Amino acid sequence: MSLNIVVLAKQVPDTRNVGKDAMKEDGTINRAALPAIFNPEDLNALEQALRIKDANPGSTVTMLTMGLPRASEVIREAIYRGADTGIVLTDRVLGGADTLATSYSLAQAVKKIGHYDIILGGRQAIDGDTAQVGPQIAEKLGIPQVTYAEDILEVADGHIIVKRRLEHGVETVKAPLPCVVTVNGSAAECRPRNAQRVMKYKRAVSPSEKALLPAEAQAIVDAREYLQLKEWGAAFVEADPNQIGMAGSPTKVKAIENVVFTAKESRRIDNDDAQLEQLIVELIANHTIG
Amino acid sequence: MANFFTDNPDLKHHLNHPLMRKIVELKERNYSDADLYDYAPLNFEDAMDNYNRVLEIVGDICGNIIAENAEAVDHQGASCSDGRAHYADATVLNLKACRQAGLMGMSMPRRFGGLNFPITPYIMAADIVSRADTGFENLWGLQDCAETLYEFGDEDQKARFIPRVCQGETMSMDLTEPDAGSDLQSVMLKASQKEDGTWVLNGVKRFITNGDSDIHLVLARSEEGTKDGRGLSMFIYDKRNGGVTVRRIENKMGIKGSPTCELVYKNAPAELCGSRRLGLIKYVMALMNGARLGIAAQSVGVSELAFREALAYARDRKQFGKAIIEFPAVAEMISVMKAKLDASRSLLYECSRFVDMYKAYEDIAKERSLTPDERKEMKYYSKLADALTPMAKGMGSEYCNQNAYDCIQVHGGSGFMKDYACERIYRDARITSIYEGTTQLQVVAAIRHVTTGTYKALIDTYAAIEYRPELASLKAVLEALTDTYVKAVEAVAAVNDTTYTDFMARRMVEMAGNIVMGYLLLQDANTDDTFTKSATVYIKMAQAEVTKHAEFIHSFTPEQLACYKQA
Repeated sequence: MSLNIVVLAKQVPDTRNVGKDAMKEDGTINRAALPAIFNPEDLNALEQALRIKDANPGSTVTMLTMGLPRASEVIREAIYRGADTGIVLTDRVLGGADTLATSYSLAQAVKKIGHYDIILGGRQAIDGDTAQVGPQIAEKLGIPQVTYAEDILEVADGHIIVKRRLEHGVETVKAPLPCVVTVNGSAAECRPRNAQRVMKYKRAVSPSEKALLPAEAQAIVDAREYLQLKEWGAAFVEADPNQIGMAGSPTKVKAIENVVFTAKESRRIDNDDAQLEQLIVELIANHTIG
Repeated sequence: MANFFTDNPDLKHHLNHPLMRKIVELKERNYSDADLYDYAPLNFEDAMDNYNRVLEIVGDICGNIIAENAEAVDHQGASCSDGRAHYADATVLNLKACRQAGLMGMSMPRRFGGLNFPITPYIMAADIVSRADTGFENLWGLQDCAETLYEFGDEDQKARFIPRVCQGETMSMDLTEPDAGSDLQSVMLKASQKEDGTWVLNGVKRFITNGDSDIHLVLARSEEGTKDGRGLSMFIYDKRNGGVTVRRIENKMGIKGSPTCELVYKNAPAELCGSRRLGLIKYVMALMNGARLGIAAQSVGVSELAFREALAYARDRKQFGKAIIEFPAVAEMISVMKAKLDASRSLLYECSRFVDMYKAYEDIAKERSLTPDERKEMKYYSKLADALTPMAKGMGSEYCNQNAYDCIQVHGGSGFMKDYACERIYRDARITSIYEGTTQLQVVAAIRHVTTGTYKALIDTYAAIEYRPELASLKAVLEALTDTYVKAVEAVAAVNDTTYTDFMARRMVEMAGNIVMGYLLLQDANTDDTFTKSATVYIKMAQAEVTKHAEFIHSFTPEQLACYKQA
């Protein structure tokens, strides 16, 4: 059974290594100080996609990312690891989008791709941490969604069986295809880059990147179709101007402030029943346990 | 996100050596593969870019997967049950990562699915892998058995086996037996030819690294009634055919993740590789030369790891109110470690480039006859490779043991505990000066290049290079040492006694090694000032060592030899 798999990925600032100049004075992210990386959970999603492809020869993995033109770096990285091709959805008018506008734009791009069986993505991106885009895309496409996926156990006969990692345990669910699956960081790590693929695809570029190359290098790209990454704009995916970018984003950021946690990490209680019971009552009351 | 390639600028320095242009052009036949394979380079710069990118993958896997797993692998070790050897759990993950990354069969031609890399970047990968997990380097590095298959197998064998290696199947070289260790001429494993012309193997092999591999190269006695090396042939045994079981694996001091197997062959079907009777004298010699270069790389990886662990600890550990690296005794130890590391690495890559040069010509000679100039050049590099391989393996492995020892010393009492990596490094290092020929046997291979003047001629070419004026005093030391070396060699030759020469052999080989490595570091410093420190430290050490050996030789009287014999 060959499947068409779309993997959603995002290029994000590396918030795991935040230094003191990570934020500007006005509270916005200083992107220059943070290296742009492949959103970690999107790599987990890619690995799941590649495993499905391995098990189902003839399947294709298409990467889809929305962002600045340089987000094509994410596409190349995914291709080095085994994805077949990729699309960068990039357009000035898409800028400033919140999750609603982002999911609309991506859903339009998925519709443009046309035939898809599984749409995979990371649970959430480390810059926004909303975990909303995947589920919203499923809603907009009118297909089922499985969130918090840790392992895809089976893909067969028009359905998928997924193990979900939830706060209090695991849950195994079955969903009809096509569907959206968002993958947790606890899922298998993504495989490394492959040497032959790196050598083959290192010249893969999007049209806007190609335009900056010397003529000789452009000729190589022209001669080899697999080096041509796709770059789509809002008009190409037939997006409604009112639903994209700033215009389509009801979320408005009023202010950003630093939060410093004041609660202590630990508390000491004596070893007697009364105090233990009191702690248990307290933890149940604030929903820490139970 | 550690990366063991990009965090080490010394590697790039060696990869960018001027001789690489010639090597790559020969290896790539003027880049003619570009029309046939989408991952073949278009030109020299493209090829170098490929090597860098692939070594970055190696560095990534090593830094983030293999090194992270090293402790668990050491604790769990390999095991044996039901006639099979089993890797530690994390070893399986390491191998999986290497396969997914396509790092198997790196030097094999593209038509078999390989990357067609020259030996130098492949050896660099071995250097990096060894730093991550010394024992794992064996399992991964045994892919260079494919080199021997490629050189001596027939087209059909190459087409059947090499693609499997490139896909990630592992290999082993089944040479040693209970009564045939260093003396491989005594191999007894019996190869019998059946009436239909096929062969079966019967007997026992011992100390076989990765002995439960997928594809084995086996040294066996095909000529009944013979007793020496000329009765031995090389065979390919395919595990898929069955017939070989693992009786036990050794309980070793180090490299515990690498199963060392005792193998029992019971009518194991095998196929002859190359011609009968050439097994030991031609094929295994080639195989061993490749393997020795591999161990030289493994040794450099260990030296690197030992140096880094010692340096990190010495900067971190405070005594008497300051970091212990502030104390001259510790600082010297660490600087000498770095000098030995840099020296053995420079020798390693000098050697690998020489191997690349002659092997590229050998391979071209399969397609067309070489021009007289090419043949001359091939012979020149072949001889140099032959001279430097035992030196790089012998001295590199001794240095990595010394570095592992000093790494523990820098750690003090903590180093004796199992809490720090240095304890594992010390155990893992120990085998490098033993397997693939002990240091003593490397000296046996190297000594003829002392007596016939190969080393001296090479040293002369190094001396003829123009060095920066700032390096003049170091060069003057090396010139004086060369003089000392020549006089010592002459003194030994004057005695004209083989036993006496054998007795002095290691001293003379080490003197040559000290001078060669001194000059190599001088060349490194000539183009990159960051090597000047190591060049200085190493040449100081070389001066003391060479002088010491010379003093021993000149003050020795042949009658004193008797005192070196125990009743």
